[in-house]
Parts: sequence; C-alpha cells; structure tokens
Amino acid sequence: MSRAERGPVGLYHRVVVYILFLILLAPLLGTFVYSIATSWSATILPAGLTYKWYVALWSDPRFLMAFAQSLLVCVGALILSVVLILPLLFVVHYHFPKLDALMNILILLPFAVPPVVSSVGLLQLYGSGPLAMVGTPWILIGCYFTVALPFMYRAITNNLQAINLVDLMDAAQLLGANTFQAAFLVVLPNLRKGLMIALLLSFSFLFGEFVFANLLVGTRYETLQVYLNNMRNSSGHFNSALVISYFLFVLLLTWAANRLNKDKD
Amino acid sequence: MNSQSRGKWLGLLCLVPFAVFFIAFQIAPLAWVAINSLHSDAGWGLDNFIKAFNSRFYRQAMQYSLEISFWSSLIGIVIAILGSYSLRKVPGRLRDFVSAFANMTSNFSGVPLAFAFIILLGFNGALTLILKQAGIIDDFNLYSKTGLIILYTYFQIPLGVLLLYPAFDALREDWRESASLLGASGWDFWRHIGIPVLTPALLGTFVILLANALGAYATVYALTTGNFNVLPIRIAAMVAGDISLDPNMASALAMILVGMMTLVTIVHQWLLKRSYHVSR
Repeated sequence: MSRAERGPVGLYHRVVVYILFLILLAPLLGTFVYSIATSWSATILPAGLTYKWYVALWSDPRFLMAFAQSLLVCVGALILSVVLILPLLFVVHYHFPKLDALMNILILLPFAVPPVVSSVGLLQLYGSGPLAMVGTPWILIGCYFTVALPFMYRAITNNLQAINLVDLMDAAQLLGANTFQAAFLVVLPNLRKGLMIALLLSFSFLFGEFVFANLLVGTRYETLQVYLNNMRNSSGHFNSALVISYFLFVLLLTWAANRLNKDKD
Repeated sequence: MNSQSRGKWLGLLCLVPFAVFFIAFQIAPLAWVAINSLHSDAGWGLDNFIKAFNSRFYRQAMQYSLEISFWSSLIGIVIAILGSYSLRKVPGRLRDFVSAFANMTSNFSGVPLAFAFIILLGFNGALTLILKQAGIIDDFNLYSKTGLIILYTYFQIPLGVLLLYPAFDALREDWRESASLLGASGWDFWRHIGIPVLTPALLGTFVILLANALGAYATVYALTTGNFNVLPIRIAAMVAGDISLDPNMASALAMILVGMMTLVTIVHQWLLKRSYHVSR
C-alpha cells in the first residue's frame, strides 16, 4: 500500500502531504523568524534581522548552567536506566520468558499515570524524612528512569528478539564462555547499535521533560525547560532564540538516531 | 542442573535493583495517591470525591479537560489519517522527508510549543494579524478553550501520524484492485473494507491521543501560567502552589483523572472485542 500514484490522484496526495508539512512547520518557522528579528510587533513582517538574541542567549550564564544541568540529569537517568533495564531484559528473556507478559503490563504504568499524578505522591513521600529528595536532581533521575522505561524496554526487546538471544547464549557457552562472558562479550556488542538508538531517542524526549522538573525541583536545580518557563517575562525574541536552540539540539539527536537506524539495515 | 538453578537465583537477584527503583518512583507514589484520596480532615471515606463532584469549580475542570482532549484528539486523528494515508502515496524522497520531520516535531511540545504559539497566534501574533487584516477573523484569543484545542491538536498530529503510518500496512493494494474489479466504488471500498480493517488501529490511536491530552500539563501551564481550569492544573496547584495546599484533595482529583483514562481504555477494549477484525 505504498505505491506512488500519478495523475490527479497523485496531485491530491502531494497537496495533502505539503499541507501537513506546512502545519507542522508553521510554529517553528514563526519562532525562527522571531528569533532573528530586531523587532516584530503589530506588523506582518519583522522590522530587521539580527543574530544578537542568540549571542545574548549563549552568553547568559544562567542559560548555560541550565543547559548543563539538563544534560547531567538526562545522562544520569539514562545510565541508571541502562544499568537497571539491561540485566532485567537479559534475565527475563533468558531465564523467565513468562515474566515478559507481566513486564508488558508494568511498563504501561508510566504511560497510564501522568507525571502530574505521580508528582502528588512523590512530593509527599520524598518531601521530608529519611528519603528527602525533593528539590535535588536525584529525584529527577529516578523519575526520568520511569519515563524512559517503556520505550527502552520495547526497543531493546525488539533487538533481543532479532538477535535470537537463547541460541547466541548457547553457542557462546558451547565454546566455553560462562554466562557473564557470553552476556558481556557476545550479546552486548550485538545490542550496541539498537541500544544507542534507544538512548538517543530517550534523551531527546527526556530533555524536553517539564512537569517533574518544575513540580519536584523548580529553580533549586534549574533544567532547561524550567529556565525557559521562568524566562517568560523576558524578551520574546530572546525566548525564541532559546526555543530554536533547544529544537536544533533535539533535531541533532533524532537525526543521529535516524542515521544509525539506516546504517543498521 | 545445580548450576542452572543457581543461574536462575542469580538472575532473580539482578531483578532486585530494578524492582526497588520501579516501586520507589512508580508504584509507591501511585499507591500514596490512591490511599490518600480516601483521607480528609473528616477521616477516611469518600468525602474528597463527593466534594469534587459537588463543586462547580472542579466539575468545570473535569468538563474542560474532557472537551479539550476529545476535540483535539478528534481533529488530530482526522488530520493524521488524511496525512499518513497520503504520505504512503507520494514519491519516496518526499515521504521520507515529511515523515522524518513529523517524527522530530513530536518532540516539540510543552513549554517551547506554547511559546511558539504565543508568537504566532497570540494577541499580536503574526498569523493573528494576517488573518485579521484579511478579514477572516475579528479577533482570536489563544488563551481560551478554542485556542487550547488548536494548541493540543498541534501536538496530537505528529503522534497520530507516527502511530497510524504503519497501520496502513494492514490494507493491501490488491484488495482495492479486487474490490474495484468486482464493481465496488471507491466509497464502497472504504465503507466495507478499508474502515473495518483499520478500525482497531484507529481506535487504539484515538485512545492514546485522548490519554495524552488528558494528562498534558506543561503546554497549558506555560500558555496560561496555570490560570486555565483543567484537571492537571488543579492537581498541581494543590500540591505545589503558594496558597491552599491540599494533597488529599489533589489525590482525589488525580484519581478522577486516572479513572477517566481507565474508563477510556475499558471502552476501547470493549469496542475492540465487538469489532470485526478481532480474530486476527
């Protein structure tokens, strides 16, 4: 069902695709033009062009700090996710394949329970007492692990099925490797590319996470999204430069994931 | 045998760290919310829920949440259906480019999206001005229900395209040719073959879009600084606001929100069972 059509029908499909593209592009294009405009108010086109908003943004220490803190939290969360999810997947698929059905239900929870609901409980549980984590990046790392979990679990599962885990393990053990050697030296290298793609894509949506960051930590450890929200009262041009810089960064990550994905086949 | 079972025990041990983190950050908060929604100053009971459903203000929040979610999901899925169907019918390069672009814009939501919309469709937004000068609209208020529906629709479209694009695989080209050989018109084909075959995927996508919109907080918060009355805003205001903290009431509203999502999922499962394609 993916044959290119010709004639008037083909033209119709082409027009629809262009309209879809325009709808998706419009807000980004508007923001981009605003970010390079000297001023733009009450007229259809901006008064003049400049790159001073980008200079202002990239020399703002608070922005650079927020950017670095976002990076740290996301990388931390992804390291935690890999450390927790890889052994889990390996054990489930190698030793207890029946657990996969249970896991598939459990990983629906982060989808079904919106962050704003979890935050209510998290604020009360970890606001004070022995596990007081609210206001620190640690709580974000834990929460982001749950956000990334469904996606990472599904993506790595697909990879494990593609490499035929059980046969690979048996073959390695037949050749004298123990379970750990087989897992680390044989299975892991085969998963490397799939894992990289899953990590890049997870990173791109964790980087845009706002709800947990704002409700649980706020300005005490400002991430990029929280910074963006707190800058609402500064110049719109400055904010646009911020939005575009953020989007380009995410674009770079998804582009890299796409490239890796194409190389795989 | 012995080493085999030892391997299994070691394997179970590997699951412990995962379980600890999953319980701490996913199960425990949800359990806290579920339990405390039943607790109020008056003691244990359904007081919070009774208060929530009797309050005009909270009922309005539920109504707005449902309305915005429903309409943005419906408009979003219609655009996504038209778009993803046409995407499969255009030459490869255009298709790859636009679907990759849709993929990327699915990350463009929340605070940055709200800002982009303020610039484009705010009181002095470029598009608002163009439409005003062309005489198409008198005025447009982005900070209203209609404005929010448009904003939500925008982030539903890429997600819908992403989910529906593979679904059209189920529809084989030769079915269409066979149908037309047997005398079916284009409309007959869709009425009797196309839509029934696609129904499960359409329903599933619609449910995911609904859930996505019901739980959305960042976009509406960034757009209206928390001044628009929808459930996620109410919940957050009662645990993180400056005034009137009431975690128990927040828990009750949170349970109502989760309840809505559960209800939608149950209806989905029920419709799926009744639908024609279930034997697959």
